[in-house]
Amino acid sequence: MESKTILEVKNAGIQFGGLKAVQNLNLKLNQGELVGLIGPNGAGKTTSFNLLTGVYVPTEGDILFNGERINGLAPFKVTRKGISRTFQNIRLFNELSVLDNVKVAYHSLATHTMLSSILRLPSHYKGEKEMEEKSLEFLEIFKLEKYKDELAKNLPYGQQRRLEIARALAAGPQLLLLDEPAAGMNPQETHDLMNLIGFVREKFDLTILLIEHDMNLVMGVCERIYVLDHGQLLAEGSPEEIRNHPKVIEAYLGEEVHDDNA
Amino acid sequence: MKKSKQFWLFIIAAVLVYTVVQVLIANGSMNQFYSNTLIFVAINIILAVSLHLVIGITGQFSIGHAGFLAVGAYVSAIVTMKLDLPFFLAIIVGGFVAALAGLIVGIPSLRLKGDYLAIATLGFAEIIRIVFLNIDYVGGAAGMQVSHLTTWTYAFVCLVITIIVIVNFTNSRHGIAAISVRENEIASDAMGINTTYYKVAAFAIGSFFAGVAGALYSHNFYIIQPGQFGFLKSFDILIFVVLGGLGSLSGAVLSAILLTVVSTYLQGYPETRMIIYSLVLILVMLYRPKGLMGTMEITDYFKLWRTPKGGGQHGK
Repeated sequence: MESKTILEVKNAGIQFGGLKAVQNLNLKLNQGELVGLIGPNGAGKTTSFNLLTGVYVPTEGDILFNGERINGLAPFKVTRKGISRTFQNIRLFNELSVLDNVKVAYHSLATHTMLSSILRLPSHYKGEKEMEEKSLEFLEIFKLEKYKDELAKNLPYGQQRRLEIARALAAGPQLLLLDEPAAGMNPQETHDLMNLIGFVREKFDLTILLIEHDMNLVMGVCERIYVLDHGQLLAEGSPEEIRNHPKVIEAYLGEEVHDDNA
Repeated sequence: MKKSKQFWLFIIAAVLVYTVVQVLIANGSMNQFYSNTLIFVAINIILAVSLHLVIGITGQFSIGHAGFLAVGAYVSAIVTMKLDLPFFLAIIVGGFVAALAGLIVGIPSLRLKGDYLAIATLGFAEIIRIVFLNIDYVGGAAGMQVSHLTTWTYAFVCLVITIIVIVNFTNSRHGIAAISVRENEIASDAMGINTTYYKVAAFAIGSFFAGVAGALYSHNFYIIQPGQFGFLKSFDILIFVVLGGLGSLSGAVLSAILLTVVSTYLQGYPETRMIIYSLVLILVMLYRPKGLMGTMEITDYFKLWRTPKGGGQHGK
């Protein structure tokens, strides 16, 4: 059974002055896949995410989401189309409570107007109540409900990472982009997180694109992997193929030293 | 349920304060000086709270608030003095024209951030002042005669409306969206918030109430001149917000009351007035570096009272 293509990136690239940070990027994600994006430091992984989410406008190529061209859209519009993300360096709303952090993401799905809130019309109370209930559901999935009134900045590091994913889910995405979700976590936390990602993928029928440094983790959960190096796609394939790909090994471990140039 | 209880407590307290002052004014036991000071306190609270929405909630560092005060003051004065229309209409028109000015200034300048936004808003406020300075219709530098129409009732009703609107805005999905812009604009954008919309909306609402304050302000004196709306006036308003604690509405209210009263009483000592006023500011900032209230609200203290142990949700 051929599943539907949700995201297609065609020859996308971005140039900062003379530097081509990413070029000839071609990705294709099918509905429901969990795909990894790996590469050495500075390979352009996060830049690619920024291209997908509208933070940067590609200087070349096209990005199609559900067949619709989305390059050039403002980030908030991309999110409303159904692509949501987390950040490599956690970007929570520190002075807001854990619950309010999730509410912010649910905001664009709520409909009560500013005027109804100022005048405290019934639609305000109804909308706010629904928003709170939905947000609590997300917190429960991530086992964060006991922290709901805590300020986000006071959460332990691992919980902050989880909250960021909960928040990204509350925006109602079809495609979730996770930028190093396990960075700084211990093996146990990483393991739990991976189970959780698998769980929400099933529950919300998500397609996930994941940047990660932890090779074991990427090889363990991803169905397909793209490898970036120096802003270009180096290889693509199943974890097994990537593991034995000569160019990938070269990019990570350096070139094999031949006897004659020693 | 809890929130609406708070709301009714606020209304009861407001009615109580209003009635007591009104009775004292009516039976003559409060003289002109005190009632004028109270009106002035109310105007300053409106200004502080409206700027709190822009700086404290949405995090946009605007230091040109006196420009919108000037727009409200002049427009309302034109409505009552030149067009002979009633005062309450002048307040509303003053507010709306100031909000319009806020939109015109806000849409281009809110693309800027931090220091750059501050300088741009300061520049716009000066432009507004100089425009009034050069329009002969409103008297130019000599100023414009305005009847004394502001009463305790007008000032207090406007104050209560301002606080209700801004509190209701803040405690809704729209307020949370605005705070998310303050906390992390990139993340807010990535979560589907139209950040420009909320920045401009907060700016326009803030300008509206600055305009309302302007209408009350101009009709509380007998003359308005462009010189009253210079950048020092903007800084006075900014000080209310910063001293009260960025992000705290009750802090803004408290510091507006405190500073207005201090500066009114110091008028008796013109030689040392500015020195003492400055010392008060320095001392508060030394001992309360996050402002009088930090980011807390009065209602948070009540919660802490009730749960002496577990109430640390807003701790430092």
